[in-house]
Amino acid sequence: MDPRVVSELKKLLGAEAVLHRPEELLLYEYDGSVEIARPNCVAFPRTTSDVVGIVQIANRYQVPVVGRGAGTGLSGGALARQGGILVPFSRMNRILEVDAENQRATVQPGVVNADVSVAVAHLGLHFAPDPSSQRASTIGGNVSENSGGPHTLAYGVTTNHVLSLEVVLPTGEVVRLGSPALDSPGYDLPGLFVGSEGTLALVTEVTVKLTRLPEAVKTLLAIFDTVDDATETVVDITARGITPAACEMLDGWTIRAVEAYVHAGFPVDCAAVLLLEVDGLRQAVEQHAEDVADVCRLHHAREVRVARDEHERALLWKGRKNAFGAVGRLSPTYYVQDGVIPRTKLPDTLRRINEIGTKYGFEIGNIFHAGDGNLHPIILFDAREEEQFRRAVVTADEIIGFCIEMGGSITGEHGVGMEKDRLMPLLFSEDELNLMRRVRDAFNPAGLLNPGKIFPTTKGCGEIHVRPLPVAGASRA
Amino acid sequence: MSTAGATVGSRLADIVGPQHVITDPARLAAFAVDNEKPSAAVSPQSSAEIVEVVKFAAKDQLAIVATGARTKLGIGLPPRQYDIALDMTRLDRVVAYDPGDLTLSVEAGIPLRKLGGILAEHRQFLPLGVPYLSQTTIGGTIASGVDSPLRQMYGTARDYLLGMEFVTGEGVAAKSGGRVVKNVTGYDIHKLMIGALGTLGIITRINFKTFPTPSASRAFVATFQTVERACGMRNRVAQSPLAPMTMELFSPGVAGLFAGKAAAQIEPNSMPENVISGTRWTFTMGFSGNENTLKRYETDLHKMAEECGAVDLVVLSGSQIAAAFARKREFVPIALSSSPAATILKMSVLPMRMAEALATAARAAEANRLPWVAMARGVGVIYFAVLPTERNEEAKQQAAHASNQILAACAALGGQASIPWCPTEWKSALKVWGLERADFVQMQKLKNVFDPRGVLSPGRFAGGI
Repeated sequence: MDPRVVSELKKLLGAEAVLHRPEELLLYEYDGSVEIARPNCVAFPRTTSDVVGIVQIANRYQVPVVGRGAGTGLSGGALARQGGILVPFSRMNRILEVDAENQRATVQPGVVNADVSVAVAHLGLHFAPDPSSQRASTIGGNVSENSGGPHTLAYGVTTNHVLSLEVVLPTGEVVRLGSPALDSPGYDLPGLFVGSEGTLALVTEVTVKLTRLPEAVKTLLAIFDTVDDATETVVDITARGITPAACEMLDGWTIRAVEAYVHAGFPVDCAAVLLLEVDGLRQAVEQHAEDVADVCRLHHAREVRVARDEHERALLWKGRKNAFGAVGRLSPTYYVQDGVIPRTKLPDTLRRINEIGTKYGFEIGNIFHAGDGNLHPIILFDAREEEQFRRAVVTADEIIGFCIEMGGSITGEHGVGMEKDRLMPLLFSEDELNLMRRVRDAFNPAGLLNPGKIFPTTKGCGEIHVRPLPVAGASRA
Repeated sequence: MSTAGATVGSRLADIVGPQHVITDPARLAAFAVDNEKPSAAVSPQSSAEIVEVVKFAAKDQLAIVATGARTKLGIGLPPRQYDIALDMTRLDRVVAYDPGDLTLSVEAGIPLRKLGGILAEHRQFLPLGVPYLSQTTIGGTIASGVDSPLRQMYGTARDYLLGMEFVTGEGVAAKSGGRVVKNVTGYDIHKLMIGALGTLGIITRINFKTFPTPSASRAFVATFQTVERACGMRNRVAQSPLAPMTMELFSPGVAGLFAGKAAAQIEPNSMPENVISGTRWTFTMGFSGNENTLKRYETDLHKMAEECGAVDLVVLSGSQIAAAFARKREFVPIALSSSPAATILKMSVLPMRMAEALATAARAAEANRLPWVAMARGVGVIYFAVLPTERNEEAKQQAAHASNQILAACAALGGQASIPWCPTEWKSALKVWGLERADFVQMQKLKNVFDPRGVLSPGRFAGGI
């Protein structure tokens, strides 16, 4: 990269807002995925006009620009795959406006997800999308990835809660998309930009909906002696039209990892638990909790515990939301998948994942958004051993292949990023990928914004890992 | 039959068979969009046939408007060019329905009423209580972007649409999204197609999340002396833990409209008497749940209504709800048929600014001597209908003045407005798509990607896209 990029960035932002020495860049070659890619420099904007300035410099020297929130993403979305300028939004972290009466908030992209809910809790409101990373991950990152979370089962994912965006296009233009009022006449541009993984624009301001906190909440822990009983329970709850606020499953292997770390009170001798939550009016919640517990018992739940107070409830959720941290203690590397299947296929799919794990010699843990059919199988391996890494990827690809065979998807909430780009042809035809490429090119014509993401890259295009080709169930079926 | 019609017709007949092509001008009148008649109407049965039709049109520089039940073709600007009506009603299959997963995939031409029947067998439904329900297709509903009173609880189509298949203006059959309830694979192109009037693609298949039918429901109705008080009731509910399924406010004139002949033709079940006031503002709210929950709603709502100064209040149940809901759902067609020149604005403002928006709109209509009625949804979306008694130049000028004032007022209140329905010959004098928007250029970029040659409904969309 032209050394003048760094000097121009320093002139624009001040020397303390630009990192470029190799030891400073180390931290920024990672995110929550198993990928690695090092930027040439890191620039921290404080204002929208700083972002415009960064984009203009990138244009002048034709270097890539990649936005970044907290770097908790699991698909390599916030990595500078082809080098260039990495732009963390951590200094644009102000809540600009809370309009409690209209249930809106306008925030900068670097605001941490949980901080929005904390800031409006005294008004009886919260920001509903709650990714497990919510204590670290930012609204900007959530918008880019269209993040979900346990409570999106009832409340919807990020895109359902975003009304308006201010974005900086790769040309340096600042554009406002959508409106704080509903139903802007015209194409649903926020609908397109949310979840576009930083390939269309850099987001500099977000107006979100705030949701009223429920009057009553009940959290249940249903304990099962077989995985099949737990998955059949989820199928039955869904089919009966009971929509809990959350319906999470942890298998025995994951529970034991979590208990050793968090001590959340999960029973370590069971095969699976369902963490279920119902919320709403007091009168409705009582009945809903009963209905849910009845279905669990019908499917041989050994025990259905109801959290007695806020402390117990918080502990159960702490166990769930720190599960990946717990798993991280067990192995040098883990690989989390994000496949989605129709809920009716849950029992078959969990059995198949187990078989695939056995076939490749991995124990696979499962902790996931069962109510949405959004799986997160965790494969533990040692990335330092090339053979293990390859085997882990083949295992993951076979699981994803099975999800596609079931009529599902390769990612429910983590994004395609640089991790699953090569799997896109399993879901989309060349025509469809070309159409999406043209949408990208319409806004990002020079391809400087987050290059090497979403779309399958061809060889020699700056790829960092040469990965084995996918072994997809779909293509062999 | 014109020569052009004959040539186009025979080419189309090669694609779909002659029995599925209409070139008789008398029959083509039914496909008119803003008085423009096409040279031919074609009824394909598959996405592959649509691809062929679009490729032919693109090559010969012809323009296509996709149609369903043809109930909402008046929305938008007149087409710049219109050669082929693409009748979607033969694509009317349920492709997949997995009640256990609460997911559904249907072809675009399926009538919404038929679909409702299929879902009802499994005690499920789509929250699309949209106008023209007895005729409309799912494709037309989505492409026109009309909304439903049920959006209060369930959101709009963008919130429960999982994926879509469509044919672009270059004749490329493509899809986005999928059939599972959570999915972030690729761009959400299907969201762009909602309300796009077919200007980006011809929707061929749509995947939805379905919902369990609520066990029991009631409706609460209260009347208020002023719009401020009625909106006060809306605000009071919004700040409570109650979770309404529907929430609407009606202006005093709506009572007459709902009791009238036009309403009876559209919805034969008669409106329960003395529910909507002819002289006051009416607040209505639907809710559901078990017996205890229903009681809780009734108690809380009575208390709130009294605090907010309600004049009288009533709780509806059973068939009364159905009759009242149907009128609310069909507000637009009822208003359209009640005046020779009905002009309906759709206003969006922040919910707390609704009283102001309604008062301003009322003043604008009255200053221009135009009768008006309004239905305001609790989420901040207002249908404001001006109902001139004559369809003439004077009324047009009055409607133009009033609507310009309303558009400006909405912008000042942090929102926006458009005029989805008005007489065709008034469209050049009215700002049909509202004030110009800052992101118009971005919309044009998308049109250039999906339909670079302007084959699909050219000119009908915002800014003449």
